[in-house]
Amino acid sequence: MDIKHAKDYLYWLYYQYLLVTCCYVLEPWEQSMFHTIFITVFAMVVYTAYVFIPIHIHLAFEFFSHIYDDSW
Amino acid sequence: MTRTRVIGSRVGLGFRCRAGVVADPKRPEGAGRMERPEQGLGEPDSHPRANGCSLTGYGALRNGYVRGLPETETEIHHIAHNGGLYKRPFNEAFEETPMLVAVLTYVGYGVLTLFGYLRDFLRQWKIEKCNHASEREEQKDFVPLYQDFENFYTRNLYMRIRDSWNRPICSVPGAKVDMMERLSHDYNWTFTYTGRVIKDVINMGSYNYLGFAQNTGICKEAAAKVLTQYGAGVCSTRQEMGNLDKHEELEKLVARFLGVEAAMTYGMGFSTNSMNIPALVGKGCLILSDELNHASLVLGARLSGATIRIFKHNNMQSLEKLLRDAIVHGQPRTRRPWKKILILVEGIYSMEGSIVRLPEVIALKKKYKSYLYLDEAHSIGALGLTGRGVVEYFGLNPEDVDVMMGTFTKSFGAAGGYIGGKKELIDYLRTHSHSAVYATSLSPPVMEQILTSMKCIMGEDGTTFGKECVQQLAENTRYFRRRLKEMGFIIYGNEDSPVVPLMLYMPAKIGAFGREMLKRNIGVVVVGFPATPIIESRARFCVSAAHTKEILDIVLKELDEVADLLQLKYSRHRLVPLLDRPFDETTYEETED
Repeated sequence: MDIKHAKDYLYWLYYQYLLVTCCYVLEPWEQSMFHTIFITVFAMVVYTAYVFIPIHIHLAFEFFSHIYDDSW
Repeated sequence: MTRTRVIGSRVGLGFRCRAGVVADPKRPEGAGRMERPEQGLGEPDSHPRANGCSLTGYGALRNGYVRGLPETETEIHHIAHNGGLYKRPFNEAFEETPMLVAVLTYVGYGVLTLFGYLRDFLRQWKIEKCNHASEREEQKDFVPLYQDFENFYTRNLYMRIRDSWNRPICSVPGAKVDMMERLSHDYNWTFTYTGRVIKDVINMGSYNYLGFAQNTGICKEAAAKVLTQYGAGVCSTRQEMGNLDKHEELEKLVARFLGVEAAMTYGMGFSTNSMNIPALVGKGCLILSDELNHASLVLGARLSGATIRIFKHNNMQSLEKLLRDAIVHGQPRTRRPWKKILILVEGIYSMEGSIVRLPEVIALKKKYKSYLYLDEAHSIGALGLTGRGVVEYFGLNPEDVDVMMGTFTKSFGAAGGYIGGKKELIDYLRTHSHSAVYATSLSPPVMEQILTSMKCIMGEDGTTFGKECVQQLAENTRYFRRRLKEMGFIIYGNEDSPVVPLMLYMPAKIGAFGREMLKRNIGVVVVGFPATPIIESRARFCVSAAHTKEILDIVLKELDEVADLLQLKYSRHRLVPLLDRPFDETTYEETED
């Protein structure tokens, strides 16, 4: 029962995505093209975030900790 | 050359109240707009504000929003207290497009535009077949015909959701209608009929306000009788052999119905506007036209050769400014006074569902001694206690309106249009109007339909059926609008207007809404770009007296379901009085030519 509910919800989310991005009115080949581009861009954003954000946070942390070390 | 600019209605913070137009004679010139300090806004509306708008309810915020409406008595009663010009509450509020929705709508149009360019590119390189009209080989070096935005829109956006429009029906468009099923195998470029009929689709799209569009009952019988007696028509104009006793009878009845001296009828509603305005005004005259006027009024105004200036929709400050400028400056260059100044307004605006601020328009007209042309196409029959239109709705005198125009197409379930007014006006039109000289006169069975339905509304058939229809319509309208508001939709217009626009905004939702509603056996009209501003796509419901409460409840139930599926309940219950409504850039253009 819960699985069915979750499936319905996922389908509803997908439908909202279709409507908001106007995929809903595109032809199937256009849709697959749009999905591909969208997923690629999204995956790259996630991957970049995964790779770079920890490094940047680390660097920033070090930078600020040095400043505060100096000032005290 | 002086340049007049219409100043935008929404600048800065602070609830802006506009000064009364006529009722405030002490007001100095130029003080038309007054910033209202914020101190008084939190208090409930105990006394009418000196000028402009009043908000009832509590918790009015800085710029006129009211947040978190509690249950009762919290509707915004936006009444312009123009010296008590209004005899009844005039509740017209407007809700702004939520920012997120506007952004997402533009994103959607962005995606569609990009794919449109891609498809146009493929078509140009002959990678795919172009189904749309295109230039022939020998026209190659001429000015391109199909490259403007409208054509791009038709080819790449409209075509994708074309199945929501122009649906063929195969029964009388009453409360329920039979629709022919059709399929498309090439993404809406062509349709094939399956031969099946979708029975009993609830019709929320016809302008059948009083329910006289039916193929049974007294109107049909009377029309059939006249058809055998008079035939289908005489194929001649009113000035030649086309004038029958029925025409005279109809015109007398229309004049009596409207409460004017005389009336004239025409065979086509659109040409009543487009052919009679040129007969009334010409070169050296000025036309002041509402920005949302119907195409027939716009065409008529352009054909007349008069100078046209546009005022913002239902905005009396904008109209007064134009009137005052016209009188102060006169015609451009020569500075001669204008021969005539004609104000063109409609009773109910069919895309917004708003009702004209007629008491204020009439007051302005009298103050500046101009003429008023009122198009009652949608309001005749649909408004007022006995269905006599917007003039009766506001309790005004029909003689204050110089030209009363209306159609028989909507409330009367027939065809054609009329013009009512003073006898001199009608006599002048009889000889000078193009429609009277060249157009075929009304067909007798059509006239009989009008005669019977009009007599029915007036109660002259000895029953109260017509009166009940008018009351039923008012009741249905209020019920439908109230329920939609409660459900959280953004709807536009006056609460007494039977035209109910429901905002959809996103382009994909236009198509999805039409299809989902048809799946649930409800026929709706969806409206998109050329008819509305690009982000304000909407569905337009027309409430009818033929709808029973059960039908409306079914529609509301299904609407609720579809709205949850499509996420259409945008309303955050923050209403802005209509005067403060932001408008399209188009109204900021120069008004002097």
